[in-house]
Amino acid sequence: MAETAPASNGAQPALVAEDIHKSFGDLEVLKGVSITAHEGDVIAVLGSSGSGKSTFLRCVNLLETPNAGTITVSGETIRLKPDGRGGLAAEDPRQIQRIRTRLAMVFQGFNLWSHMTALENVIEAPVHVLKVPKAEAVERAEAILEKVGVYEHRSYYPAHMSGGQQQRVAIARALAMEPAVMLFDEPTSALDPELVGEVLRVIRKLAEEGRTMIVVTHEMGFAREVSSETIFLHQGRIEEQGPPQQVFQTQRSDRFRQFLAGNLK
Amino acid sequence: MFDLQGYGELVLKGFGLTVAVALLSLAISTLLGMIGAVAKLSKSRVARTIAGVYTTIIRGVPDLVLMLLIFFGGQMLVNDIGDWMGWEYIDISPFIAGTLTIGFIFGAYMTETFRGAILAVPRGEIEAGHAYGMTGPQTFFRITLPAMVRHALPSFGNNWLVLAKTTALVSVIGLHDMVYNAGAAGFTVKKPFTFYLLAAGLFLVITATSDIALRWTNKRYSSGVRKA
Repeated sequence: MAETAPASNGAQPALVAEDIHKSFGDLEVLKGVSITAHEGDVIAVLGSSGSGKSTFLRCVNLLETPNAGTITVSGETIRLKPDGRGGLAAEDPRQIQRIRTRLAMVFQGFNLWSHMTALENVIEAPVHVLKVPKAEAVERAEAILEKVGVYEHRSYYPAHMSGGQQQRVAIARALAMEPAVMLFDEPTSALDPELVGEVLRVIRKLAEEGRTMIVVTHEMGFAREVSSETIFLHQGRIEEQGPPQQVFQTQRSDRFRQFLAGNLK
Repeated sequence: MFDLQGYGELVLKGFGLTVAVALLSLAISTLLGMIGAVAKLSKSRVARTIAGVYTTIIRGVPDLVLMLLIFFGGQMLVNDIGDWMGWEYIDISPFIAGTLTIGFIFGAYMTETFRGAILAVPRGEIEAGHAYGMTGPQTFFRITLPAMVRHALPSFGNNWLVLAKTTALVSVIGLHDMVYNAGAAGFTVKKPFTFYLLAAGLFLVITATSDIALRWTNKRYSSGVRKA
């Protein structure tokens, strides 16, 4: 496999994570999780809290360094080396930085930069990381903010926006990177119930446009209706995996049935 | 009572020196404080230890003792090194010694101020910087630093006010600052009360002006928090 080909050739998967292991001390959180996202795939990752689903997502862009496994983004494999303590570490930090620009993340707690306005949040990484000329970045950012429905809030600071608006700005920030894959880490879990809909609608629209995304979520309806593949994680292992119709209909594992019983009230 | 008998200008000259010492010390202490805070929060045990020793010693010894120690002790050290290296006699200027000492002392307080402020920046915002491909220094200068200012300002302002007043200590190492000159003039014309009152008033001018500047800065850096 080519190691450094920047490639955007449609045939290769946008993201391959293979056999990801992660431990925190003695606690093994991920026991070998693999996924492949082809262009346009929407992979919903379900699981109860503690199942390792967020950790898995954080391993994909190396916010957590996995203990074992490989990650390949658009054909480029992240080079990892043993860190001498039984784990792995990045061999080349610049490669990680470059790959992270291809994997835009949307966090549960939004994590917008509080000292910047909505617009500044969206242009920050394009201007300072991707080195896009500012005028061009602003123009693009405004179009994206318009698209996610917060254009009129572009000069607001995060503290002056509702959670739903903040999360849509955070999605705009991710879109501005023109990423190969979007990573959503429970994007609606921190929202008041009445604000969940506006954010889900935006994510659904992106899915319909053919964006490649991995969505860690508690929203069963979203997984069932929007995802092209649903994965159920339990205690660090994949228990169910397949097209949502199949996963939700057959419910092969007891764990998944119990999980659904607890969630679909 | 307020007849300065021609010595007003002398006190004003001292005022200029006091302001110069204060501002230069502030710059030094801010720089040292930033380095100290980053060191205290770094992964390196060596950096943490050095910064820890620095703040513990400086904050535990009276300013006056440190001032005398650095001025007289520093002179002896320079003499010894000079002898050994075969240099000519080097005289430490009281201005440099005083400014460095005050900067060094307040660098320790600034270290604690900045350390607390950095810790007050939400972890997630820093993480978002990394997640969007920023380098470590980029994340620090674009995210952490501007976001910490708001948290640092109240304590920074306090440090500055105490620092400005601490400059009065440089008069003991023979620097002709405002306090020294006011004392000299008051002694000469036998009106110590008048001249020390003048010095006190001028200190109030410095601190009151700073208060306004600090309030303005605070407003600017809180724009993301307070109601617009």
